[in-house]
Amino acid sequence: MTSPDPTWTPDQPIIQCRDVHKSFGQLEVLKGISMDLMKGDVVCVIGPSGSGKSTFIRCINALTPMDSGSIKVEGQEVNDPRLDKLALRRKVGMVFQQYNLFPHKTALENVMMAPIKVLKEDKRQVEERARALIRKVRLEGKEDSYPGELSGGQQQRVAIARSLAMRPDVMLFDEVTAALDPETVKEVLVTIRQLAEEGMTCILVTHEMGFAREVAGHIYFTDRGVIVEHGPPATFFTEAKDPRTKEFLSQIL
Amino acid sequence: MEAVYEWARVLYQDTGINLTFIYDSYDRNRLIDGFLMTVWLSVICLGLSVAIGVVGAWAQGARSAILRRCVAGYIEFFRNTPPLVQLYFFYFALGSIMPTTTNRFGLPEPLLDNFAWAVISLSFFAGAFNVEIFRSGIEAVPESTKEAAEALGYTRLQTYLEIVLPLAFRVCLPSLNNNLVNLVKTTTLAYAIAVPEMLYQANQIWSDSVNVPEMMTFLLIAYVFLVGVLVWGMHRWERSMRLPGFGS
Repeated sequence: MTSPDPTWTPDQPIIQCRDVHKSFGQLEVLKGISMDLMKGDVVCVIGPSGSGKSTFIRCINALTPMDSGSIKVEGQEVNDPRLDKLALRRKVGMVFQQYNLFPHKTALENVMMAPIKVLKEDKRQVEERARALIRKVRLEGKEDSYPGELSGGQQQRVAIARSLAMRPDVMLFDEVTAALDPETVKEVLVTIRQLAEEGMTCILVTHEMGFAREVAGHIYFTDRGVIVEHGPPATFFTEAKDPRTKEFLSQIL
Repeated sequence: MEAVYEWARVLYQDTGINLTFIYDSYDRNRLIDGFLMTVWLSVICLGLSVAIGVVGAWAQGARSAILRRCVAGYIEFFRNTPPLVQLYFFYFALGSIMPTTTNRFGLPEPLLDNFAWAVISLSFFAGAFNVEIFRSGIEAVPESTKEAAEALGYTRLQTYLEIVLPLAFRVCLPSLNNNLVNLVKTTTLAYAIAVPEMLYQANQIWSDSVNVPEMMTFLLIAYVFLVGVLVWGMHRWERSMRLPGFGS
């Protein structure tokens, strides 16, 4: 098992990706992605649909196995057949486009389940933490509601709390506002921004350019499986050099 | 109670309708035993067949192709043959090649008696359908929900037990309900290998008292009642498991 690397120190990249490749059958979705993230970094990955953004972040927590290349999370190699998946997923939380809450559990239970079942933590302590997390995502009073009784934005915030309950070091957000009504997008973005401001390391795949410009320390533009261009938002949006980036930005901004 | 017995006696004298199982204590006890045997047989088979369904559906999703093929073969076998033939096959064919033990009189005794064979045969029969029913429920659980569990560090088994099964159960309760009703009715086949369940006991009574129409009517009513209780229970269960905003 590749367990957490004892030689890793916080001054090294928390996530280090090198030449990540992934194909689905004949279709090569990732053609060599490399990226370094330091602790506390917030980066946004943008790009047209089908450019491999989601596949890339799914490779980071091994939901999608990569074909070749290397991703190290706190020094732990992800591309390893003997990967200790639990150790990896404790460190990396993920929030999905479709929320994917467990519909047979209440909001509070959704947040509490994984720490109790997976980490075998004490139920009372977990509940205390879960209630605090529900307050943090501003859903006080909704603890006993089932996902089916909550709006999309509320469900997504429960999903964020559920991920945070595992106390991850990195959060992956996979187009988390794409399925939401415009009026509920904001409440989710506020929650994510709060996390970013608290120093959580975040990778966001998003179409919310305004939000990306606001919270991201760095923006990566991907197209057809490669990172075309990247840079801090201040220069990225105004001084894009590659014609593909320019075209994409002109369509979306 | 005595008044009821007396009424049945008078009914027989006045009309010829012979409800021996009411006024005759021997017949009454036989029928009660038969009824309890049917209930007992049903309960055990219900439990076992559901367990077979859960395990089988799990095995159907296993990585091992051999395991998957075994389950498929099992389902084919039990779905494509009549349950009475299965029962005979188990009791007479398998039963005859099973080792025997010696009872306290020093006589050979089969390792499994007819009741045990009825339980095995009926449970596997209903279990084959339950596997398919659970599989349809399991397939209805979105891949993305399972992925969310996986991303939270759940193992495949944990995901199956904590997330997939509880959701699949809710989806497949109506079809499970149907199959279990069928199972209760199919327990009458145990009559064929002399398990003293309700039909068997009724047959014993009508052989003695020649009151076939009465016993047949009683049987029908008794099964309406038995299945009615099961359906009522299952519907209550379905309602209590219903989730606000899910699957409706």
